[in-house]
Amino acid sequence: MRKSQLIPISPWRLPLMAIVISLLFCLLLWKLLSLQVMNSDRGSEFLRDQGEARYLRNAVIPAYRGLISDRRGEPLAVSAPVVSLWADPARLAASERVAELAVLIDLSESQLREKLERYANKRFMYLQRRMSPERARPVLDAKFPGVGSDREYRRYYPAGEVAAHVVGLTNIDGKGIEGLELSYDQHLASQSGRKQVIKDRHGNVVRDVGELRAPVFGRDLTLSIDLRLQYLAHRELHTAIKLTGARAGSVVTMDSRTGEVLALANFPFYNPNNLRGVEPGQRRNRALIDAFEPGSTMKPVAVAAALHSGKFSPQTLIDTAPGRIQVGRKVLHDPVNYGEIDLARVVVKSSQVGMVKVALALDAQAVWQMYRGFGFGVHPGTGFPGESSGVLPYREKWRPIERATLAYGHGLTATPLQLAQAYSVFANAGRRVSPSLLRLEPEDVVSERVLSRPLAAQMLEILEGVTADIGTGKRARVAGYRVGGKTGTAHKASAGGYSDNRYLALFVGVAPISDPRLVTVVLLDEPAGDRYHGGEVAAPVFSRVMAGALRLLNIVPDQITHQIAAAEAV
Amino acid sequence: MGDYVRQMPEASADLARRPQLSQRLHVDFVLLLLLSVLSLFGLVVLYSASGQEMGVVVRQGRYLVLGFIAMLVAAQIDLQRYRRLTPLGYLVGLVMLVMVIVAGADAKGAQRWLSLGGFRFQPSEIMKLLVPMSVAWFLSARVLPPRLWHVFAGLGLLGVPAALVILQPDLGTALLIAMSGLFALFMSGLGWRYILGAIALTIASAWPAWLFLLHDYQRQRILTLLNPESDKLGAGWNIIQSKTAIGSGGWSGKGWLNGTQSQLDFLPESHTDFIIAVLAEEFGLRGVLVLLAIYLLILLRGLWIGLRAQDSFSRLVAGSITLTFFVYIFVNMGMVSGLLPVVGVPLPLVSAGGTSLVTLLAGFGVLMAISTQRRLVV
Repeated sequence: MRKSQLIPISPWRLPLMAIVISLLFCLLLWKLLSLQVMNSDRGSEFLRDQGEARYLRNAVIPAYRGLISDRRGEPLAVSAPVVSLWADPARLAASERVAELAVLIDLSESQLREKLERYANKRFMYLQRRMSPERARPVLDAKFPGVGSDREYRRYYPAGEVAAHVVGLTNIDGKGIEGLELSYDQHLASQSGRKQVIKDRHGNVVRDVGELRAPVFGRDLTLSIDLRLQYLAHRELHTAIKLTGARAGSVVTMDSRTGEVLALANFPFYNPNNLRGVEPGQRRNRALIDAFEPGSTMKPVAVAAALHSGKFSPQTLIDTAPGRIQVGRKVLHDPVNYGEIDLARVVVKSSQVGMVKVALALDAQAVWQMYRGFGFGVHPGTGFPGESSGVLPYREKWRPIERATLAYGHGLTATPLQLAQAYSVFANAGRRVSPSLLRLEPEDVVSERVLSRPLAAQMLEILEGVTADIGTGKRARVAGYRVGGKTGTAHKASAGGYSDNRYLALFVGVAPISDPRLVTVVLLDEPAGDRYHGGEVAAPVFSRVMAGALRLLNIVPDQITHQIAAAEAV
Repeated sequence: MGDYVRQMPEASADLARRPQLSQRLHVDFVLLLLLSVLSLFGLVVLYSASGQEMGVVVRQGRYLVLGFIAMLVAAQIDLQRYRRLTPLGYLVGLVMLVMVIVAGADAKGAQRWLSLGGFRFQPSEIMKLLVPMSVAWFLSARVLPPRLWHVFAGLGLLGVPAALVILQPDLGTALLIAMSGLFALFMSGLGWRYILGAIALTIASAWPAWLFLLHDYQRQRILTLLNPESDKLGAGWNIIQSKTAIGSGGWSGKGWLNGTQSQLDFLPESHTDFIIAVLAEEFGLRGVLVLLAIYLLILLRGLWIGLRAQDSFSRLVAGSITLTFFVYIFVNMGMVSGLLPVVGVPLPLVSAGGTSLVTLLAGFGVLMAISTQRRLVV
């Protein structure tokens, strides 16, 4: 009454509003209920999944491939962490820091802008792949909008071209495609793991939730290679190639007691860290893959067969006069008429005539058996991809010319590794060791008796004679050590017969003679010019490689010459 | 005796009693408690929503302190003085709105701020308080319920500032200003004929407004409301993200600072307009219910104060301030939960704000003045 006079407006509108407000609150409440707790279509459960889908992501846990090292632990192939930078083009383009970023990733601003333009309607692009972490760090620290990174591993070969042929290569996915990287891919390979992570809207990982699959790291591989010897062999081969103008070459140094390959160098070579412009020929491990006719380096094996037959001794005299011999329709020559010389001298002088006469006196099957025993025509079993066994032909009936040619190293083929393996028989007291590219424990050494111990000793004596003053291989000598070996100069086979002016120059040798430890094979393919004999071009390389290797391995000298004694006295 | 009591005005009964503490201090303790709890709760949520940036919280706290001081000061001012000063305030407000358009500071393509001696503020926020007071001042001096021309005069009072704010352009604030004035009109006993007529007119003018008045982005927002999935990465993004955040909170939430959508930056505007989504995700439906309860208690208290007001000016002002507060809440929560189109309206006292916090609390100061200044009116 009075009150209504005081406030002459309808008072019930306020309570009405209270009711309206409460009703609208109920409407809000219903909406929130349906979003948060009720399980309707597109209700709370759907939204929770949606929520998780926003931030839960599966991420890769990179795992690195096993390390390849030399026998002393020097790394030959390592998986180095690298960083791939990526960007969300839309977010990056919208920022004003494009120029700043361009500087950090070695692009001009216009190049980067152009790239952003190209990816304008994408949400992902790589800025720079496989950068070193040190270079990527400043970019990531600067926190450019829309820029992120992925961690990857990149295969890196610290020894570069020096060990490239043995170690091999992996492809961009980290799978072995060449060399031991390929043979031992299963052993070295890693398997990346998966994990769940929480990412924010900008793609940054905020937190790890858990591992879905553990990463499997690759196992390491220790090679038989001794990187010091490998450098030496590589350097000496390279020098020799330059001096002789040869188009290719190989050097193999093997531990004659275990069969472990300590050095294996080839020319041409390549840098496995940069494959741009590399041709397939450069990538071939010739020492294991390319078989060739071994020429005169085969003669000691034939002589061994002769001694083994019992029909010959090193002192057996053979008449090589008049310095030529006819076998079938073919006439074979010695450089000069050596006259009547003993079997040892046949090897020392590398007499064609003498060798043929010996070969013809032997049982062809027994000789073949002996060659086989030395490893010719048999896979060396290193497991290296494409490893060649060479060819040792077998015949039911041997014609004289076939028996003769095999004895001086034609009509069969072998790789440098097979030659090294064959000479290990002489060095290892008659037991042939199986070559290995991996470091072996003593119990893993595989060897097989081929010659008797005294026979092997006789052979070593003959081989030492080759490096004597009258021998063909005197340039192979190493100061302080007794060295034995055999030269070889083979006409290269070409279409339609043997080439007159293209040669392989070879030297295969053993040292030290008193207690042999190393076998080294040197092969130079087509030395240019007049000097092409194995004793002239290959033997000096052998000498330098052996000299370095013997000293690096601390092998006791077995021939103290007067010069050395004098030098030590000073 | 009975007659005596009946003739005794209620006010004099109040006078007869010893004045309560709240009346002596001019502080409505119920409101003060509710607002304090709300503000503190808001700071806690804001810390999480801002990505745990203490700077944002401190800034908010500073404005809140300023607001509470403004509220307590406003509660002391005599109601009659409010009434006398309202027209002057209104004119000053209009001048400031014009100045914003002429010489305002830019923010996201809209001019809303005015710098005055190094102090930046939004005149449009102040108008949310001044417009209902002006309408109330005008109508309370007339015979109520108002005649038709009074209604039009009232509409003019609220229409001019609303139009100026639209020019900034700030549709959300303009609507709130208009609403606050309309509430005063409604409260004054505006006949249902007018109300129904206005509603009919609004619906009839919706189509032309759609065609000619609304900006493209505003049309887009309404379309997006109807089908958020139609534009997932563009205009629909905000609403899909906020619904996802709310939904993934469930009943009990993920815990403070553990909300994935908000902490991982999936939720846009997480510390301003969409802060309720952070609260819903981290505190769950429980937290939202608590917040709604506090809001509802504040609203009911406001309406109660209006009901007990002793003159029409006070009642109109109290009613429209309370209802404007409600519109804030409803529009914000409706928008975030996908009930209403996206309009830039903050969640009062929880969203990060500046001028709006101070004016909101100053408004509650006016409510407190109405609540505690009781006198014998003959």
